[in-house]
Amino acid sequence: MSMDVDITITVNGERITERVEARKTLVDFVRDDLGLTGSHVGCEHGVCGACTMRVDGVIVRGCLMLAAQCDGAKVETIEGLSDSGELADLQAAFEQRNALQCGYCTPGMLTAAQELLNQAKAKQSVPSRDEIREHISGNYCRCTGYHAIVDAVESVAKARAGAKS
Amino acid sequence: MKPAPFAYKKARSLDEAIALLGENPEARLLAGGQSLMATLNMRLSAPSLLIDINGIGGLGGIAHKSGAVEIGALARHTDAERSATIAQHAPLIARAMPFIGHPAIRNRGTLGGSIAFADPAAELPACLLALDGEVDAQGPKGKRTIKTGDYFKGLYETALGPQEILTAIRLPAADSNTRIGFAELARRHGDYAIVGLAASARADGKGLKNVRLAYFGVGNTPLRATGAEAALARGDVDGAVAALDLEPHDDIQATGAVKKHLAGVLLRRVAAQLMEQRP
Repeated sequence: MSMDVDITITVNGERITERVEARKTLVDFVRDDLGLTGSHVGCEHGVCGACTMRVDGVIVRGCLMLAAQCDGAKVETIEGLSDSGELADLQAAFEQRNALQCGYCTPGMLTAAQELLNQAKAKQSVPSRDEIREHISGNYCRCTGYHAIVDAVESVAKARAGAKS
Repeated sequence: MKPAPFAYKKARSLDEAIALLGENPEARLLAGGQSLMATLNMRLSAPSLLIDINGIGGLGGIAHKSGAVEIGALARHTDAERSATIAQHAPLIARAMPFIGHPAIRNRGTLGGSIAFADPAAELPACLLALDGEVDAQGPKGKRTIKTGDYFKGLYETALGPQEILTAIRLPAADSNTRIGFAELARRHGDYAIVGLAASARADGKGLKNVRLAYFGVGNTPLRATGAEAALARGDVDGAVAALDLEPHDDIQATGAVKKHLAGVLLRRVAAQLMEQRP
């Protein structure tokens, strides 16, 4: 049986066909084969959240999925989410509130937080600080102590709720 | 680290997956992958072949039928978390769900995978034991149903045969007399618990009967505390704590003595949950 798999996946809107090693994780594929190095590799066993990206609309650990599994899937990385402008206000809030220092966790943190913000928007609610902390509990930050990150996410949640009405 | 090389095959049917398991004794099934992928990355496991079962249709449903809640093997944690059927008819699962991993993990992880993997520190195997549920499996000899009492055999070891695939779990549906309780202690939200407790009981007048206490993180499998169950049915919480006959081993999180103490702390919390619920 072949150790390589042919896949066709859509990454940040671009359709890509590649032959990948079956054992290659999704995050290694986007970084090494596609040169999209915004998704970071931290622990490689699902604990740190640095490789958080979107597959078919939901956030996943890029280290706990194989590229081979993503045949036919729609993948969005921090590069795509940045370029589309979807995260622009959240990125600005992170910068304004010093919600990053080294920045290693930031792409995953932004991607995870955006899912919570989208869920809150669908429910027309603003997440509490506890809910924000719970939602980003799977994303390690070793610099900020999280407080500024929670501040940034909360301010964007409130701004988006206000802007909508 | 990176996984050791393996082949990958996407199975289109249960029969195909079962046949592949028969032809490849060193193969592993890939469902949500949230435990398996971590063990592959750390090279704790090096299968020759991964059989991806995510493309098999009909295994993702959650349904309430004939007094039971049936959860297909590929239902994801997020599906259960958002399911009105689970909220209404399997409240213990609903209560446990937020404790499992983190949102990105719950988006991928499956209930069937968790029960098949049978991590002794995981929430769902203990819930299955507390609820006295059943496991449906399919193998080369056909389908069978395994009672919880016969299912957990040892550390990561279940009654599933090498060519058998877990297809669904079935839990008795809750009614107005059902009481449930759940608590765990972990260093970080979403981490594996140091100790956890899933419980179910039937209301009996002002008291409880059929109390089932299923601890996790204290042994090689989820474990019932039968002495404590009997005391709790008599309404004797102190007696239940005194009757806890667990002997947890030391692990990287805590010593056995600390775990045993924490088991008592959790028992008091869960006893209060069981007793305070009203229909």
